[in-house]
Amino acid sequence: MIGGPPPRRANAEPRWLRHLLIGTGLGFLALFLAIPLIAVFSEALAAGWGRYLEALVDPDAQSAIRLTLIIAISVLPMNILFGIAAAWAIARFDFPGKNLLVTLIDLPFAVSPVVVGLVFLLIFGAQGIFGPWLAANDIKVVFALPGMIIVTMFITAPFVARELIPLMQAQGREEEEAALSLGASGWQMFRRVTLPNIRWGLLYGVILANARAMGEFGAVSVVSGHIRGQTNTLPLHVEILYNEYNAIGAFASASVLALLAVVTLIAKTAVEWRIRRETRVLSESPAQERPVASASRDMGASAGSLRSNPSGEWP
Amino acid sequence: MPVPHYRQQLLPGFRLALGCALVYLSLIVVLPLTGLAIKASQLSLAEFWQTASGERALASYRVTFGASLLAATINCFFGLIVAWILVRYSFPGKRLIDALVDLPFALPTAVAGITLATLYAENGWIGRYLEPLGLKVAFTPLGIVVALTFVSLPFVVRTLQPVLEDIEPEVEEAAASLGASRFQTFVRVLLPTILPALLTGFTLALSRSVGEYGSVIFIAGNMPLISEITPLLIISKLEQYDVVGATALATVMLAISFVLLLAVNALQWWTAHRDGRDGAGTGQP
Repeated sequence: MIGGPPPRRANAEPRWLRHLLIGTGLGFLALFLAIPLIAVFSEALAAGWGRYLEALVDPDAQSAIRLTLIIAISVLPMNILFGIAAAWAIARFDFPGKNLLVTLIDLPFAVSPVVVGLVFLLIFGAQGIFGPWLAANDIKVVFALPGMIIVTMFITAPFVARELIPLMQAQGREEEEAALSLGASGWQMFRRVTLPNIRWGLLYGVILANARAMGEFGAVSVVSGHIRGQTNTLPLHVEILYNEYNAIGAFASASVLALLAVVTLIAKTAVEWRIRRETRVLSESPAQERPVASASRDMGASAGSLRSNPSGEWP
Repeated sequence: MPVPHYRQQLLPGFRLALGCALVYLSLIVVLPLTGLAIKASQLSLAEFWQTASGERALASYRVTFGASLLAATINCFFGLIVAWILVRYSFPGKRLIDALVDLPFALPTAVAGITLATLYAENGWIGRYLEPLGLKVAFTPLGIVVALTFVSLPFVVRTLQPVLEDIEPEVEEAAASLGASRFQTFVRVLLPTILPALLTGFTLALSRSVGEYGSVIFIAGNMPLISEITPLLIISKLEQYDVVGATALATVMLAISFVLLLAVNALQWWTAHRDGRDGAGTGQP
């Protein structure tokens, strides 16, 4: 039923306007989101499944997939540790300079990926600050895996922290204080109270960080040596094949990344629903005495809009 | 919220957590950016100025900002409509479409770039219908606008959605009962309420677009002075081993990022400030 029953007569637009707005909005989304997403798979399969699979089992494509996974697996654990540490400090304690720290966490969202890559080139490159020392000790950072991991750490730094801070602020510190006063050690409190409370928010942040880590192009491109089979991630592999007019190959690799995007969206939506349901249960439970209503709204907002709102509002 | 000092001491791990966070952030983010500032300060003013205000650089700023502003404006208009229909109306597949809005965040930019370039090429799915109209999108500055519209699409929608959800129906009902038409209610009551969020979304979209690289380079055509964006100019300076030039341009870009980040913070302060004295204040004609 398009348009639905007008819920509030005084606030409802006339039917033609509702249809016009829905048509315009959906048309815009179809043009910019749905058609491109379909086109990726359609282009990849343009020459049939045989050519498609052939492009994917190509050794260079395989090595690009492997490298992309290695980078994501190396970056995510550090990202999680940083996110939890930053959120614990910011959401549980007051200290001078807290607002500055929050702004600094947002900074990677604002900097152009190309500038990020260049920055690390200036530090670790041959003419860079540590360049001569690294060369003397025969350590390769840029145009090699370590550099690609470091830039990805920079790019993904905010994701987990930005999810956890509002979540933990909304939850308050009562449960953790109760655990401690009942004799739990700090570690027991963290493992039995904090971690279960933040697990969905944490997962949400990890999903987003992972998508970005695997898909990053600009920053990684600057510090990668673009050596086939060695320092090419999947997005860089896509670029090389596309520039060689190998459309099938490029779109076959691109379709793997597009599939990753689709899985990311599904996982993200599932976690959002999960968080909403938990907060609804929480706010209905009579045992809760603190004002959960506002907390659950904050959490809902964080799940719904935080990633999309990289410099979103802090409670 | 003011918390008595003794309660803070109850929870453990403050020093450890803050220490870890500061070390990570310093090593990964702050010190590297400081490194760029140091490198830039070693350039002579003449060197810096020569690159940062060269003909090609100026043209690239124009292209980058022009396309980014246009894309952010397009997203403001359509983003408002999308947020509005997602919050206010019900239609089949609404949840799916709501989830799809985040696609530009999940889809790697290189994938978006080659796909848009293919779609808008002369013989592409969309380009073939634009070609007879004399509209060339791929490999022109217009292509940059298309790519930037894609990558910054979610910002306006996602900043507006929670604000639209929070509007009390009573405010609109009051306006209607006082004789305002639906259009008057929108312009005089709703628009002022959502304006800070709309501007925040606009600035976030702009900030994302200005730095964007991956999705643009495939569709732009990359002709110097015409369709070359600043991040690409940095890359081509690097490829010519002109580290000085790349550093100068990167410094300009970094300064712009800071300004936009400050603008976003200021806008959010404004939003919070308005919320603080909410109620009568927002509905004021």
